Amino acid sequence: MDNRIEAAKEGDRRALARLLTSIENGELRFSEPHSGGSDWKILALTGPPGVGKSCLLDRMLHEWVDHGLRIAVLAVDPSSPRSGGALLGDRVRMSVVDDDIKKKSVYLRSVATRKTSGSVPLVVRDMAFCLLQVGWDKVIIETVGAGPSEVRCAAVADRIVLVEGPARGDGVQAEKAGLLELADAVIVNKSDLDGAQRHANELRESLHLGHEDAPDVHLVSALYGDGVAEASSMLLTLEQSMRAGRARWRERLLSHHERLLLEHPEFDSLLMKIEEGLMSFEDAYAQLRDGNE
Amino acid sequence: MDQPLRIVIAKPGLDGHDRGAKVVARALRDAGHEVIYTGLRRTPEQIIETVRDEDAVLLGISSLSGAHGHLFPRICETLREHNMGDVIVFGGGIIPEDDWPPLFAAGVRALFGPGTTSEEMVEFIATAVQRDDAGVGHGAGWHWNPSE
Repeated sequence: MDNRIEAAKEGDRRALARLLTSIENGELRFSEPHSGGSDWKILALTGPPGVGKSCLLDRMLHEWVDHGLRIAVLAVDPSSPRSGGALLGDRVRMSVVDDDIKKKSVYLRSVATRKTSGSVPLVVRDMAFCLLQVGWDKVIIETVGAGPSEVRCAAVADRIVLVEGPARGDGVQAEKAGLLELADAVIVNKSDLDGAQRHANELRESLHLGHEDAPDVHLVSALYGDGVAEASSMLLTLEQSMRAGRARWRERLLSHHERLLLEHPEFDSLLMKIEEGLMSFEDAYAQLRDGNE
Repeated sequence: MDQPLRIVIAKPGLDGHDRGAKVVARALRDAGHEVIYTGLRRTPEQIIETVRDEDAVLLGISSLSGAHGHLFPRICETLREHNMGDVIVFGGGIIPEDDWPPLFAAGVRALFGPGTTSEEMVEFIATAVQRDDAGVGHGAGWHWNPSE
């Protein structure tokens, strides 16, 4: 069918990169590959900006590659809502792709959110399926979670890991609803700083209130490596929390609806018509919705 | 609507001056492009691997260390060796005009020094992607001339 798929399977990274571009541009779709075993294939690593997600992921990639795994990373950063452009800077912290031996077992691709709302465009799921199909063992999706409402990553991943850090507000923040409720595991980074242990305790307390199936809270220092080996091996065998089943499908439905609207060929021109007062919002929406049925 | 262009902005060699590269990355972002920044002190090999894995259409390299005469042609050559001759290469930094001809001959399509406007860079990019001879694989040949 597409000879780039065969080339990518044989290790041609340029062919793989081009396949992913075609998916991103909406020219190609991938569906979920059949996989044996119950272990996860796609994991979302999310959390607020500045908690050290990229540094931690870099450390964990070193560990996973030592275990013999081949791992692909889709690092998602936001697109500017005004210009549509994006600055994708996650490579800066990835030392594993500079390691002459380990780099063969890691593929890192930066992805902009483009027009989608939320932290992860649904197209990332197709990109992950493509990577799995051409032979990568696991896919990590790194997303900027701008707040507790960034639950969209539930639509694209089998497991969700929330990264937190110290000095992120008092205990009330930990009680707020959102992503914390969907996480399959929580990692508190920067254990070398004051307050990390206390924050981990607050999160544990909050998670154990009212839930029997509360995720574990792990304390690590991505800077010095403390706890990273333990966290890395814990994540490999991470089970899916039972609490999040319905929420996952909810997010997937919402993402799918948004994708259908965005893929409508008239999306941009309808947007312009609303802006210029040539069309009512309701009529524009009806046209977008009906065009996809 | 056209998809955004993917552009790698790279800092090769022993050179810690990244203000210019960051300003350029920001300007290209504001022009609607997706810019992948490599960080400091990359080798030509690392830069080429980033362009390959990120499927970038353009590569911008910045040097203020005086090593452009060695690094820029080496990057162009490595791209050709890896069958990536369709990538468009442009450069910037402190590069004396006397050094320009050999860099253009090596396949660099534009050189931007201090005082360049972001509009000019954006115009170069729009022009270069329309041409079929702007890839580094075409060797010496066309290069950007703002008075054209």
